[in-house]
Amino acid sequence: MTAAVVDLMQQQLVPPAGEASLSHGMLVVVVPPADLLGTVRRLKSEFGFDLFLDVTAVDWPERTPRFDVVYHFYSTAHMIRVRLKTRVPEAEPMVDSLVPLYGSANFMERECHDMYGIVFRGNPDLRPILLYEGFVGHPLRKDYPKLQEQPLVPYRT
Amino acid sequence: MSRPTIPIRPAHAPTPAFEYFSTKKDEFVGWARKFSLFPYPFVTACCAMEFMAVSSTPYDTDRFGAALPRFSPRQSDLLMVVGTLTHKQAPVLLRVYEQMCEPKWVMAFGACATSGGFYQNYAAVAGIDKIIPVDIYVPGCPPRPETVIDAIMKLQDRIAGSRHPIITGSF
Amino acid sequence: MTMPTVETRLPNPVRPAFERGERDDAVIVNIGPSHPATHGTIQVIAALDGEKVQRVDVHCGYLHRGFEKECEDHTWHNLIPYVDRLNYCSGLINDFAYCEAVETLMDVEITPRCRYLRTLLSEYSRIADHLTCVAASLMELGAMTAFLYLVMIRDYIYEHLADLTGARVTYTYGRIGGLARDLPAGWLKRLGEILDKYEVFVGRIHGLMDRNRIFIDRTRDIGVISTADAINWGFTGPILRSTGAPRDLRKDAPYLAYAELDFDVPVGIKGDNYDRYYVRMREMDESVYMIRQLMDLLPEGPINVDDRRCTLPEKRLVYTEIESLINHFKLIMDGPDVPAGEVYAAHEAPNGELGFYLVSTGGGTPYKFHVRSPSFVHMGGVQRLLEGYQLADIIPTFGSVNMIGGECDR
Repeated sequence: MTAAVVDLMQQQLVPPAGEASLSHGMLVVVVPPADLLGTVRRLKSEFGFDLFLDVTAVDWPERTPRFDVVYHFYSTAHMIRVRLKTRVPEAEPMVDSLVPLYGSANFMERECHDMYGIVFRGNPDLRPILLYEGFVGHPLRKDYPKLQEQPLVPYRT
Repeated sequence: MSRPTIPIRPAHAPTPAFEYFSTKKDEFVGWARKFSLFPYPFVTACCAMEFMAVSSTPYDTDRFGAALPRFSPRQSDLLMVVGTLTHKQAPVLLRVYEQMCEPKWVMAFGACATSGGFYQNYAAVAGIDKIIPVDIYVPGCPPRPETVIDAIMKLQDRIAGSRHPIITGSF
Repeated sequence: MTMPTVETRLPNPVRPAFERGERDDAVIVNIGPSHPATHGTIQVIAALDGEKVQRVDVHCGYLHRGFEKECEDHTWHNLIPYVDRLNYCSGLINDFAYCEAVETLMDVEITPRCRYLRTLLSEYSRIADHLTCVAASLMELGAMTAFLYLVMIRDYIYEHLADLTGARVTYTYGRIGGLARDLPAGWLKRLGEILDKYEVFVGRIHGLMDRNRIFIDRTRDIGVISTADAINWGFTGPILRSTGAPRDLRKDAPYLAYAELDFDVPVGIKGDNYDRYYVRMREMDESVYMIRQLMDLLPEGPINVDDRRCTLPEKRLVYTEIESLINHFKLIMDGPDVPAGEVYAAHEAPNGELGFYLVSTGGGTPYKFHVRSPSFVHMGGVQRLLEGYQLADIIPTFGSVNMIGGECDR
């Protein structure tokens, strides 16, 4: 039954400009950023992916577009997961926010913004969540050195 | 910032009788203070599990007088920093430390509080002694409850042997 | 010369969602991040109308230790201690979920004994986590006795796991392709004794709390959430099950040896704090039942898969054969060579769905390591449980959500 849903999605869900593949048993759909919100809406309403698991990004500095924004969804009815990817360039790292569809998207998008600098259009609240006010830069990008600390309190001498 | 040192300037010339009296007073006050520690458990991370274990049976800190945690810095005298200190949390720790009244002692509980542990990156402070002065360091990741009790006992020895000026700056 | 004020010397690390001036009718109270009852480093800024919470702004991130960036610098084996310290109450489950993700990427199949033993230890860790959560929440409601009893059992579990792994809290016991070492002699016998003691102690807690008027008044109909809301806000694990939805990855998408075990998935009725407490207590009982089945089902055999891509060779061979020496050296220094690809593997952690999203470009270190942590997602939705209730209800609700800082902030 799950394989049938996967086949159905492969045929019907993927927009013309997207691609689908299987990765270790999970369907991976790559869509352009403009089609993202529409695809997710269809995933939620037509295919029953009601639980939004995660959004994160992967930084490929030698490639343009630089960032891969990766979404994972779970369907409590079919009990399978799907991965959705979209590629955004460094100059304009913007994607549509999923906050209108899923409440849990808020915090997860804030984290992705903190760590990578991806701007989620439509997220009402993109304050730093894991980092603090005054932190400059996006640590999980490959060009941010791991040891670069930005202390808030001056060290004792 | 370094802890202000209280200069020892006896009001009278240090006669043997004065020194004897002062030492006896220090022993008495030290005994009272060491067996009535009120910890402020500044709990952040995994060491909290061992803190919970050392506070309850069978590794009881109540036997050492250090049972009652006071969750207000104004009412406590032992600041136990339990777990990793991150840069985001550092202003909070400094504010809590400054709100505590003298005499106060600081225990760096765990490897992360002592030296940053194995977190060597943009987010973790490499040891709380970069922010506040520390009296006793407890190694371990997390330290076994027996190590914590050993640390409390060592701290108690230090408290017993130190000077306790209670009336003036020197006596 | 202006003296530095507290505000200039100690900057505020967060930007609150609402300022004092905006809400003249409300009292703004700051709870945390150093607070006994927030189970770690969470800051809750609450706008109160008398005792009633109008609006809540939850700030996490005070324990962000740079886990994901740190892991990109370590080999696949070296970062297992970091993985342990995610949900530190149940360290073994983190290990096994991560090892399974890497084993999927490497296409390595673990041995049957390892599979059953990992299942047994996952359930054992689940008991320890639920004990910690229930003990801490009950202590915050004033039931100090319950805390002492449950932490006593948890201490037996810790000492027992220290016999096996060497550590009480952060075990670093999982390995890619198996486990660090096999069970010592007498371990299973002691396990049976601890489970018997558990039943006695938890029976007492049930007697103390289940029909206790004060406990019911403080937890019934507090922090209520419906199933649809819970799924919308990303709640998984006992919180989702307390709303009535029997969603459990161990049943829905079985992994390890769960498909062969007979167990129930406890669900609640209303989705309030009392249901969450009871779901956790029943889940512990189910875990004990599963462990008893696994003690009989555990097969003999090797613990580690005989695959030189990930398993360290036997020490005797390392000291005598050059091939084993080189293999050992390469595995330690460079890390196991994981083929390029990406994987998302999730286990049912005591808090919900714990997922690992790994991206590998070949080689011994991960390219990207992301943790889908249930506590972080729950922090995004916890305001639904807090708003509209009283200030004193924040404490039991927070206790029932079981936010673990290491997992939330990573």
